[in-house]
Amino acid sequence: MDVFSDPTNIDVYVTGFLWILKLTAAGAVGALVIGVVLAAMRVSPVPVLRGFGTLWVNTFRNTPLTLIVFFCYFGLFSTLGLSLADDIDLNNYWLGVIGLAVYTAAFVCEAIRSGINTVPAGQAEAARAIGMSFFQTLTMVILPQAGRAVVAPLGSIFIALAKNATIVGTIGLAESSNAMKELINANGDAVIPIFLVFAGTFAIVLIPTGYAFGWLANRLAVKR
Amino acid sequence: MSADAVLYDHPGPKAKIRNAVLTAVFGVAALGLVYWIYRKFDEKGQWAAALWRPFTESSTWTDYILPGLWATLSAAAVAMVLSLIFGIVFSVGRLSDHWWLSVPSGVIVEFFRAVPLLLLMFFIFYGVPFITEAPMDPFWAVVIGLTLYNGSVLAEAFRAGIKSVPRGQSEAGYAIGMRKSQVMREILVPQAARAMLPVIVSQLVVLVKDTALGYIIGYSELLQDGVNTLAANFGNIVAAAIVAAIIYITVNASLTTFAGWLERRTRRQGKAPKVSGGPAPVAAVPAGGAGGA
Repeated sequence: MDVFSDPTNIDVYVTGFLWILKLTAAGAVGALVIGVVLAAMRVSPVPVLRGFGTLWVNTFRNTPLTLIVFFCYFGLFSTLGLSLADDIDLNNYWLGVIGLAVYTAAFVCEAIRSGINTVPAGQAEAARAIGMSFFQTLTMVILPQAGRAVVAPLGSIFIALAKNATIVGTIGLAESSNAMKELINANGDAVIPIFLVFAGTFAIVLIPTGYAFGWLANRLAVKR
Repeated sequence: MSADAVLYDHPGPKAKIRNAVLTAVFGVAALGLVYWIYRKFDEKGQWAAALWRPFTESSTWTDYILPGLWATLSAAAVAMVLSLIFGIVFSVGRLSDHWWLSVPSGVIVEFFRAVPLLLLMFFIFYGVPFITEAPMDPFWAVVIGLTLYNGSVLAEAFRAGIKSVPRGQSEAGYAIGMRKSQVMREILVPQAARAMLPVIVSQLVVLVKDTALGYIIGYSELLQDGVNTLAANFGNIVAAAIVAAIIYITVNASLTTFAGWLERRTRRQGKAPKVSGGPAPVAAVPAGGAGGA
């Protein structure tokens, strides 16, 4: 483990995982906001909104994230001139966040929509019977119950998001997978320890997170 | 709730007008968005015929896009076969009564499910050659990475599938004197495999999408050939990326449709065991969602 006694290498490792953390945090917030709005659109009475939601989901769910992130950089930034920050790393970071958010939002939308389907029809019927509008029914009756049913799927989506954050390395951000590549190329004699440290960090954080979401889902589940 | 339409009443005269107004407002907004994108593209000269003309010539397709698509599909197909084998071996291993089989299988499956695929591919492509002292073929780096990751995901899906077969099935097997391995091989796995068929096909979508990671380690698949190399020749990266996206979407949407058809077909005959346990069964979590890249 000589590799990790060198402070510069430790620095590469820490910086890599800090980027992953920041990408996951901002991506999760963006995906959740867009995803809930998309889910609301997909169950709304207005056909144009339903069509927009469906189009979004089918487009981004079926496109590789690598291509989306690639397009964010070469399309939005290089060609169309969308610059989000003066600092090159920060610019790449925000472009990556856009890619992660629009991609993950499609999955969040589908998870919430299937959560809406777990709410018994009687709930919505009762809400309508006392004169609630569509928006009231959705936000006060359906979504609170659906939200509790989708904790587990959302958990796996966010875990996937944390892993997918490594793909932003494609556009040059020194996140953990690029950091690992750099260390491997510089220390060919310690390839396996390097991999185990990087992969182990993900495993140690993500496996318990998965179980925590499972526990939370059980606790929050609406007992019917 | 079976139909989403339960969320709102059948529109009366007032609601009809309101919906018409909302349709008009959002329709205009959507058209405005399309027009804004059109203008943005126009400003940067992205509608220039020279950028799109290459896609009308057959040489563009035969030189760049089709070889790339072939490389994408072949890597996905090989990885699919290998991950099915991996998945069956490790799901059965994890369900074994012997701790020396079930514990290592569980550790391997949980580990590869938690590690980002790109990290795995980087290790196989850049790290393994240091150990074996032989260069790694990018094709195999992609296929091995995909197999380890998707195989582990499938192993968990199979395990859920095998557990969902009613207990009476294995009890009946034991009652007529079958051994544990016979019950697994001849009774549980065949029934679980049928119930799992839609999940397997959806996982194929994840595989097709994840081959795009091969671009990062220099495997000449659709993103590398059809977008990167093509755009280097014609200077039309936005156009090329859009065409490639349409190809990916077409392939994956047909796979999704196929999975949906399979699911309806299995359900209609009503013989397959139900794959569900609680509010969020493994199979109901969009498999593509959980792992997709």
